[in-house]
Amino acid sequence: MDFDIVRSFVDAMRSAFGTSAVLFALAGVGLNVMFGYTGLLNFGHVGSLLVGGYGTAITVNLGGPLWLGILIGITAAVLLGLLYGLPTVRLREDYLAIVTIAAAEILRLLTRSSALEPLTQGVFGIQKFADNFYDLNPFPRGSYGVWRITWDANTLWAIVVGWLLVALCVWLVWMLTRAPWGRVLKAIREDEDAARSLGKNVFGYKLQSLAIGGAIGALAGVFFAVQSQSVNPDSFQPIFTFLAYAVVILGGPGRALGPVVGSILFWFLLSFTEAVLRQAVSAGFIPDWLLTAQEVAAVRWILVGLGLMLLITFRPQGLLGSREETLIDAR
Amino acid sequence: MTGRAGSRLLAGQHDPVDDPGRAAGHRRFSVPRLVAIALVVVAVALISDQAMGATGLLGDNTLVAQAGRSFGARFLNTVVDGLVVGLIIALTSVGLSLIFGVTGLVNFAHGELVTFGAVVAWFLNAGTWGFQVALPVATVLAVVAGSVFGAGLEKGIFGPLRRRKVPNISLIVTTIGLSLVVRHVILIWFGSGTQKYRDYATQVAKDYGPISITDVKLAIIIVSLLVLALVGLLLMKTKLGKAMRAVRDNRDLAEASGIDVRKVILATWMGGAALAALGGVFQGIGFAGVSWDLGFKLLLLMFAGVILGGLGTAFGAMVGGILIGVVTQVSSLWLSTEFKLVIAFAALIIVLLVRPQGILGKKERVG
Amino acid sequence: MPADVFADVQPVPGVAKPDPVLVVDGVNRHFGGLVAVDIDHLEVQRGTITGLIGPNGAGKTTLFNLLTGFDTPNGGTWSFSGNDLVGLPAYRVARLGMVRTFQLTKALMKLTVMDNMKLGATGQSGEKVFGALLPWRWREKEKEIEARAEVLLERFTLAHMRDELAGTLSGGQRKLLELARALMVEPTLIMLDEPMAGVNPALTESLLVHIKALRDEGMSVVFIEHDMDVIMDISDWILVMAEGKLIAEGGPADVAANPAVIDAYLGEHHGEAATPENEVVESEGEDGDG
Ligand SMILES: Nc1ncnc2c1ncn2[C@@H]1O[C@H](COP(=O)(O)OP(=O)(O)OP(=O)(O)O)[C@@H](O)[C@H]1O
Ligand SMILES: [Mg+2]
Repeated sequence: MDFDIVRSFVDAMRSAFGTSAVLFALAGVGLNVMFGYTGLLNFGHVGSLLVGGYGTAITVNLGGPLWLGILIGITAAVLLGLLYGLPTVRLREDYLAIVTIAAAEILRLLTRSSALEPLTQGVFGIQKFADNFYDLNPFPRGSYGVWRITWDANTLWAIVVGWLLVALCVWLVWMLTRAPWGRVLKAIREDEDAARSLGKNVFGYKLQSLAIGGAIGALAGVFFAVQSQSVNPDSFQPIFTFLAYAVVILGGPGRALGPVVGSILFWFLLSFTEAVLRQAVSAGFIPDWLLTAQEVAAVRWILVGLGLMLLITFRPQGLLGSREETLIDAR
Repeated sequence: MTGRAGSRLLAGQHDPVDDPGRAAGHRRFSVPRLVAIALVVVAVALISDQAMGATGLLGDNTLVAQAGRSFGARFLNTVVDGLVVGLIIALTSVGLSLIFGVTGLVNFAHGELVTFGAVVAWFLNAGTWGFQVALPVATVLAVVAGSVFGAGLEKGIFGPLRRRKVPNISLIVTTIGLSLVVRHVILIWFGSGTQKYRDYATQVAKDYGPISITDVKLAIIIVSLLVLALVGLLLMKTKLGKAMRAVRDNRDLAEASGIDVRKVILATWMGGAALAALGGVFQGIGFAGVSWDLGFKLLLLMFAGVILGGLGTAFGAMVGGILIGVVTQVSSLWLSTEFKLVIAFAALIIVLLVRPQGILGKKERVG
Repeated sequence: MPADVFADVQPVPGVAKPDPVLVVDGVNRHFGGLVAVDIDHLEVQRGTITGLIGPNGAGKTTLFNLLTGFDTPNGGTWSFSGNDLVGLPAYRVARLGMVRTFQLTKALMKLTVMDNMKLGATGQSGEKVFGALLPWRWREKEKEIEARAEVLLERFTLAHMRDELAGTLSGGQRKLLELARALMVEPTLIMLDEPMAGVNPALTESLLVHIKALRDEGMSVVFIEHDMDVIMDISDWILVMAEGKLIAEGGPADVAANPAVIDAYLGEHHGEAATPENEVVESEGEDGDG
C-alpha cells in the first residue's frame, strides 16, 4: 500500500466531525460542568453514559417507545448523579474520584452479570432498538459530504442530530455559567469555604452540578446507543472517562465551548496519527520489530496519555482558557 | 499542602473522640448517606438471591473442585485462597498508601508499577533477553527494577511537579495519563496475551489436614507475611521509617527538624514500587498469569483495601488489603463470582460513606 | 458612642449584656486531648465593637469556626439574634446575617475583584439554577449589586482594581477585599479574624474608621486582633481568651489593668501554651493557605 497523507487527512477529518467526536463532545460538555466549572473530580462519568444508553435500550427492548427510553435513561442518570453526590460530595477530591470510579465499575459489572441478563442480556448487550430513529431520517440514500470527506445517509442523520444536541447543551451550559449561578460554581471550585461564608449552599450547588453533568452525560450515552443501535457493558470502561478528561482539558476546562473544540481536535489528532502510523508501518517506513500494525492502536493511547500529562502540567487552561488564570497558581 | 493531608488522616485514626458528632450526640443522622447505603445493600441482596438460584455456585472452578467437601472445609479453603489474594493486595497497596501519606498524591498509575514487576520477572524467567534465570531470582531482580522505576517516576515526574506546586487535581490527572502511557508501552512490549511463568507453570495442590493448597501459594503466603512483617519493622524501628512517619504527620515540622524530606519521599517511592513489583509477580504466579493490564485490574481492589484500612498508613493498607481479599473470596461461597468485585467496590464505597471522618481524619481546618 | 450601654455591666467573664446579639453557652471543642475551646457563657452586645484577644493558640479562630458553622463543637448551644444556631450549616448562618472572614485570607483568586464582590450579594435570583436561565430577570438585580459593590470598593481603595483577578492583589489588598465582600452580604453581625494583619499602618487607620462607621450604622462587630493599640483604640468591649477559656472581659481600661490578662500573655502560669505539640498543629494550620 502506498503512503497517502491525503487519505490520512480525510480519515482524520471524517472522525473529527463524525460520531465519535459528537459522543465525546457531549460527554465532555457534561464532564465540564462538574470538573471544569465546579472542580468535582468525577471519575465515574461513564456511569452516566451507561445509564443513559441502557435506559434507552432496555425500555425499547421491553416494548416501550424510543422517546420514553431516552427520557428514562436521562432521568436515571440524574438520579445516579444525585446518588453519587448526596453522600460523596462532602469528600475530598481524591476520595470522590475513587468512589465514583468504583461506582461506575459496579454499574458495568452489574450490567454484565448473569443475574441481570434478562434485562441487559449480559455480555452480549442489546442491539437493534433504534430503528425508529432511523425511520425519521430525512436524507435519501446516498453519500454526503465535502470533497472526499463523506458519510452515508444514516450516519449523516446521526451526526446532524448529534451536533444539534451538542449545540443545545453548550448553549444551556453557557446560559447557566455566565449567569450568577456559574459564578458561584467557580467560587466553589476555588474555595468552597469562602463560598459558604458568603451564604452559598455549596452542597446544593455540587449536587446540581452532578445532576446536570450527569444528564448531559446520559444524553451522550443515549446518542451512542441510538446511533450505533447497540449497547454493551464493555463499551463503558473507565478508560472512556479518562478520554473525556483529555477532551475537556485539551479544549479548556471551564469554557462552554472547550469540550467541543477539544473533541474535534482530539479525534482529528488521534485519527491522523493512527492513519499515518498504520500507513507508515504497512509501507515499511517503520520496521516491524519496532511497531506492528496491531500495535498502532496502543501507540494512540500512549500519545493520549502523554498529551494529558503535558497539557495538565504546562497548559492546564487548555486551548480556550486564559493564561492569566493559571499564572495565579504560581504566585 | 501535601504534608497536611497525611497528618489529618493520621490524627483522625488515632483519636476517634475527635469526631465531634460522635462524642456529643450532636450528630444529625445523614439521611442521604443512609439511603445510599440501604440502596447498595438492597441491590447486593437482590442480586445474591438470584445468583444463588441460577449460575451462582457453578461459576467458580475452586468451588466446583470442592463440591464434594463439607461446608467447613470449603470455607477454610476459601479463606486460605482469600488470604493469598489479600496478601497480594496488601503488598501492592502499601506503596499506594505510603506515597499518599508522604506526598498527598493519589496515584492512579500504581497498578502499572504492579504490572511492571510481573512483566520484568516474566521476561527474565522466559529468557527472552538471551539469558534465563530461575523465577525466585527473576523476582528479586524485578523488585529491584521496580524500585528503580519508582525512583525514576519521583525524580522525573512527581518531584518536579510538586516543586512547581501543581494543584492536587492536576496531579491526579497526571497519574491517569501516566497510567495510560505505561500500560500501553507494556502492551506493545509484552503483547496482549496472557502468559504463564516458565517455572511453576503446573501446580498440584497438597493436603494439609482439611486445607489443600499448592506449594506456590503456600510460598506466596509465607514470603508475603515475612515481607510485610519486615516492612512493618522497618517502619517502626529504623530512622527512615520514623522519618517517613514524621513527614506524613507534618511535613514542615519534619523539614524544620532536619529531615531530608526529598530523600524520604524518594525512599517511599522506591520501597512502594518495589513492593508493588513483588505483588505483581505473585499475582502472576498465583493467579491469572501475566498480562499487560494485570495491575490495572487490581487497582480498584487496592484502593478498596487502602481505604478500608485508612489511606496514608502502611498498616492500614496491610489489614485492609487482606480483609478485602478474604471477604471477596469468601463471598463467592454464596454469591456468583461475578460479584466479587462488586462486593469489594461496594465495601469501598460504604466505608467511605459510613466513616468519612474516621478515614479522612478530622475535618479540614478552616480559617 | 454606645459606651454607656456597658455602664452597668461588670467586667467579669461571662457577664450578661443588656441587649446581646450573640449568646454562647457551654460551647466546647476538643482535638484529641487538647481542649481548644471551652466557653461557659459569653454574650456579645448588639451594636458595639467587641474585640477578642488572646495569645496564639488561645482558641479564637476555633471559636469563630464553631459559632459560624464551619466546625462542630463537642457540645454547647449558641444563638444569634434569637435564632438557635446549633447544627446550622455555615451558609445558613451567613444568610441569617452573621458573616465571618478568615485569618488566612480566602480571596477567590481566579475571579475578578468585582466578581468576588458580587458573590457576596444575597437575593440574586440568577444564582438559582432555573433563575439563571432567565437573564432578563437577574440582569436588573446584577446592576443594583454592582452599584453597591462600587461604593464599597471605593471605600476600601480597591475601585481601580475592579476588573483585575483577585490573585493579582497584594496580601493586604486581599484582606480588604475579603472584608468588603463580607459586607456585601449585609450582615448584622460581622466577625473579623485578624482583619488588619498585613495591612499597612495608614490603611489600618482608615480600616478602623470604616469599622467604627459600620458600628455607627448599627452593625455589631466582633474582631480578633493581636495589636493592643488597635484593640484599645477601637473596642467598646474586650473579650480575652486563653487556652480555650474566656478568662476576662471588660472595657479597654478594665482589661488593660487585669492581672489575669497580663499573666495569660506573659505565659507565667500557663507554660503549656507553648509546648511543641501546640506548635505543631499551629504550623499545620498556617500552611493551609497554599
Ligand atoms: N483542626 C485542628 N486540629 C487539631 N488542632 C487544632 C485544629 N484547629 C485548631 N487546633 C488547635 O486548637 C488550638 C486553638 O487554635 P486557634 O487557631 O483557635 O487559635 P487562635 O487563638 O486563633 O490563635 P492565633 O492567634 O495564633 O490565630 C491550637 O492549639 C490549635 O493548634
Ligand atoms: Mg487564629
